[in-house]
Amino acid sequence: MFIPKQRPWQSPEADVTPKGLYLNRRKIIASGGALALTGLSACEAQSDQDSAASMPTGSRPASGELAHRTTDYQVADPLTPYPAVTGYNNFYEFGIGKDDPARYASALTTDPWSIEVEGHAARTGRFALEDVVDFSNLEERIYRLRCVEAWSMVIPWIGVSLASVLASFEPTSDARYVQFVTDLDRDEMRGTRFPVLNWPYVEGLRMDEAMNELAFLAVGLYGEVLPNQNGAPIRLVVPWKYGYKSIKSIVKIRFVSEEPETSWNRSAPHEYGFYSNVNPNRAHPRWSQRSERVIGGNVFARRDTEMFNGYSEQVAHMYAGMDLIENH
Amino acid sequence: MARNPLLRTVSRHFLKPLTFWLLALPGLWLGWQWAMLLNGQAHGLGFNPIETTHRFLGDTAIRVLLISLAVTPVRDLTKWGPIMMVRRRIGLAAFWYALLHILAYLGLDLFIEAGTVTGALAGLWRDVTDRIYITLGMSAFVLLIPLAITSFNRMQRWLGARRWQGLHRIVYPLAILAVLHHGFMVKGFQLAPWIHGAILAALLAYRLVGIKARKTPHPSASKS
Repeated sequence: MFIPKQRPWQSPEADVTPKGLYLNRRKIIASGGALALTGLSACEAQSDQDSAASMPTGSRPASGELAHRTTDYQVADPLTPYPAVTGYNNFYEFGIGKDDPARYASALTTDPWSIEVEGHAARTGRFALEDVVDFSNLEERIYRLRCVEAWSMVIPWIGVSLASVLASFEPTSDARYVQFVTDLDRDEMRGTRFPVLNWPYVEGLRMDEAMNELAFLAVGLYGEVLPNQNGAPIRLVVPWKYGYKSIKSIVKIRFVSEEPETSWNRSAPHEYGFYSNVNPNRAHPRWSQRSERVIGGNVFARRDTEMFNGYSEQVAHMYAGMDLIENH
Repeated sequence: MARNPLLRTVSRHFLKPLTFWLLALPGLWLGWQWAMLLNGQAHGLGFNPIETTHRFLGDTAIRVLLISLAVTPVRDLTKWGPIMMVRRRIGLAAFWYALLHILAYLGLDLFIEAGTVTGALAGLWRDVTDRIYITLGMSAFVLLIPLAITSFNRMQRWLGARRWQGLHRIVYPLAILAVLHHGFMVKGFQLAPWIHGAILAALLAYRLVGIKARKTPHPSASKS
């Protein structure tokens, strides 16, 4: 394994001001200003500050902080820096360059946003995003992201478990798979004017995969509202699968009985299978998947790719007895 | 055109050095960006500098190769003869960029992954045999080697003009392999390899039309 050397120009982790601390500092400065103006007691200023910090239940902020709780979903490796997470993206709807999404995704209107639910479920129809995700009950999960292009990141997502959202639609026993569809707007998504893929982007999971504890719907990262280039306002995160399974800017959820079409599988079936589980033993026909480039740290850093991206304990049982080379 | 005295002066004194520096520019830029990166300063290589390096060197090699193939048509259309003085140097620059492209792939991918030189070479062989776009790209590079070796005046004289020209006609299949290498590498349906392919097709078509148009067999059109 490659152990990154601490370069003289890299500030050690301990030197970086934790986000909570600097935000707190802003609040103190702001409340100090209020104090000077109104002459309130420090005690009252304190309570003022508390009420400003607590979010009204269920409301969706357009940007900035998202109230959330932390969880045990942690990764030993350091987080990928925010500029890399939000500046190096595959979101072909905004262009094929890695910096295209950061440049052009701001054109996407994410408010209002609704999700259409179809197929084998008791509750179907069109739902406002605020009715699908409880914004007063968000959690943070730090997951590895492994792109099929053999690079990886570690990202602190904010969101809700996919299982809780899907269960709220009361899928029936005929719902054996779930398909997701990305928004398609030729005006706002300039990349869709060219058929890199057959738009709109579609992805899918087997129902047990979708209900797995790790499957997650993210509405934020690094404690803030999801930037558009990362799939705002809501995206899937399935950390044991290659990144392209984690579909962005979801507008439709379909409960189906047959294995649904997925975009990359349709584009190149021998390269991208339905399952797309991270698997170092199954090379992509055009490159090895044994190891991955770590984005955002030492430029030469590589790490060995792990089976199921290191999440075997949580997901391996779902594929017991399956040939994962055949069913790639 | 050559009757223009200014152009004649430029051709005689500046064309070769100017071409040299223009061809060196992409390499100098890349080296400068890596120097900045290794010094911890802001650089233009993005968040995946190794990937950027591979793409940049590969694109530059193909584009310089296409420019070298465009020299003769430009001469024919503009009647600006002196441009022929820099054709070989442009072709040779394509070789240097292709070589850097392969060294970067060997060093920054295969060596870092394997940890040893023999491991890297084993990885290279595995890639050449297993991965079609690397098979294509490596074939293109292997075909480029004899052209680079015979690019010196002495080699040209030793081979004789006719044999030299015959040998250097390899550049056409080689360019096709290079563009296919690019096309088989990208994900989804992307435009860039098709643009390179269209330019190459136009340049090849120009040659074929030229050969047919000549009533009397021209030395360059004879069998080699």
